[in-house]
Amino acid sequence: MAEAVKTATPIRFTGMVAEFANPKTLSDAALQVREAGFKKWDCYTPFPIHGLDKAMGLRPSPLGFIVFFGGLTGLGLAVLMMWWMNSYDYPVSISNKPLFSVWPVIPVMFECTVLFSVFTNIGTMLALNSLPKPYHPLFNVSEFARVTDDKFFIYIESSDDKYDEHKTESFLKSIGAVQVEAVPEYE
Amino acid sequence: MSNLATHTSYDPPLVDGSPSFHDITEWVSVHNERKAKPYWWAGFSIAAMLTLMLVTCFLYLFWNGIGVWGNNNPVGWAWDIVNFVFWVGIGHAGTLISAVLFLFRQEWRTAINRSAEAMTIFAVICALIFPAFHIGRQWMAYYLFPIPGQMGMWPNFRSPLLWDVFAVGTYFTTSLIFWYTGLIPDIATLRDRAKLGSLRQKVMGFLSLGWTGSMKNWLHYEKAYTIFAALSTPLVLSVHSVVSFDFAVSQLPGWHTTIFPPYFVAGAIFSGFAMVATLLVPLRKLYSLENIITVRHIEKMNIIILVTGSMVGFAYMMEFFIAWYSGVQYEIYAFVNRAFGQYWWAYWTMFTCNVVTPQLFWFKKLRTSMTATFILSIFVNIGMWFERFVITVTSLHRDFLPSSWDYYTPTIIDILTFIGSFGLFFFLFFIFMRHLPVIAVAEVKMVLPQADPHFYEDHAGDGHHAHEAAPQVAPSRS
Repeated sequence: MAEAVKTATPIRFTGMVAEFANPKTLSDAALQVREAGFKKWDCYTPFPIHGLDKAMGLRPSPLGFIVFFGGLTGLGLAVLMMWWMNSYDYPVSISNKPLFSVWPVIPVMFECTVLFSVFTNIGTMLALNSLPKPYHPLFNVSEFARVTDDKFFIYIESSDDKYDEHKTESFLKSIGAVQVEAVPEYE
Repeated sequence: MSNLATHTSYDPPLVDGSPSFHDITEWVSVHNERKAKPYWWAGFSIAAMLTLMLVTCFLYLFWNGIGVWGNNNPVGWAWDIVNFVFWVGIGHAGTLISAVLFLFRQEWRTAINRSAEAMTIFAVICALIFPAFHIGRQWMAYYLFPIPGQMGMWPNFRSPLLWDVFAVGTYFTTSLIFWYTGLIPDIATLRDRAKLGSLRQKVMGFLSLGWTGSMKNWLHYEKAYTIFAALSTPLVLSVHSVVSFDFAVSQLPGWHTTIFPPYFVAGAIFSGFAMVATLLVPLRKLYSLENIITVRHIEKMNIIILVTGSMVGFAYMMEFFIAWYSGVQYEIYAFVNRAFGQYWWAYWTMFTCNVVTPQLFWFKKLRTSMTATFILSIFVNIGMWFERFVITVTSLHRDFLPSSWDYYTPTIIDILTFIGSFGLFFFLFFIFMRHLPVIAVAEVKMVLPQADPHFYEDHAGDGHHAHEAAPQVAPSRS
């Protein structure tokens, strides 16, 4: 949001956000934040940075695993649907071919697998990312609007065990932050 | 999208002009934020009027029945099916660019994938209206879907016409969801640039789902994107194969041939890339995006047009050969009739446009020329429409029994409906180009040299001037 101009006083600060100049300083800083033992923190970037997930110590996404089972569900449901509809409930005999055969059901089986995989994919991705999330305290920081443009940020939440307002601020400055700001929450 | 680049420092840059990240944001977003220029209003108004004409034609058809078209006995399928296959085919290029080129780690796709995928979605919309309306009793369209009905009957899953419902339906849904997923970070960009409290901020805020650019989110997002690409790739190959089955599973000479699935898919990619070229050559000029959609991008697309056009040309020759080699008199007659019968003019238009035109792209001068690309891409699409026409109509109008033979002519409604479908396509495309970023901004930023942390090691201490890097530092060779 451009210019989150707030004249109200914040009721609390939810953490510290630090701006970094480029992907390299961000990556290096992220490694240091992780090594310092912080647990409730994240990086915010306009695009995913190569190697940053490793620097942050993030585990790979389980999405592939979950989508696989979504696809299998689609496959099973499709075969069940076609068998039940064409061979059981209202059997259709076409030139006395077997009532159910694997060959003609393949195209629809394949398409339904893909369709269910797609739904599982988007649904799980949004769920894992807790999206849609209309509110985030970071949107109260005016400079944060540049995160989708060309600026890189690290945010450490105040609920983290190792968080201390002054110590964390100087720590972030020491690992290369261009600017550090406390994140306000209003009303 | 991992940065395991196939693009080395010896290759020409992916984006010209050594832009910064902010430059990319600016170059693309301004077009969504400024007032529309006169050319946009002109194009949009014409497209809107043609869409209105399309709606009128369909209402007229709905009221009066399929007789308003030129379909007769034996030519039960004519412009309706030709237009359907034409539009569905065009859609395949967008998915290839989005999905297949992604899996092959072709970073140059980032300049064109957003527009190409939008083209796919709009092309599939234009395609779907034809089977929807050609069914004669459109109010019974629910028969196509496996939902309970008052007669207790179900669709026939052995029919390719039904496989089409699932294939094209899945294809449309997948493309739409994939396209939207890619848009989320870019819509967030527009949201963050919007004036506080404005309608744009609210709409973009809603559509971007609260995207913050969190790396934890990017992790799942990137995985999802890769999975979408992996799922869409078989769709590129299978959907048009299923469409070809509409013809191939029949017994008609000229239709009943196993070459149809790969032939149709190659033809689809061929016509799709031509349509992408038709759209992007003017767009890059009008939106001053020549630094992102560079001549090299257009050249690569032309090479793909050359390759797939050659495959189509080869398929034409193989069809003839197999028809002769089979010794089946009906098959031989079908092909002789195509070239020298009553529709010879359609056949030779198709042949010139599809076989001769793409071969011109062997010449570097032509494949790097914007004018040549634009003109030739239109010829390719004309040729591909005629190919579907020749396949559909010539095999139907003269099949096994001479007493059934007849000639088909389109009516004015056929023609206006087809032109109207272009109107709908461009209507949707004009809205897209005005309100959504036509280039995948986040993805292009990712392929800039300064997006990789290792770039800054080559330019030690120079981090804040990274975007000025003119010659890339080549890795040392011993």
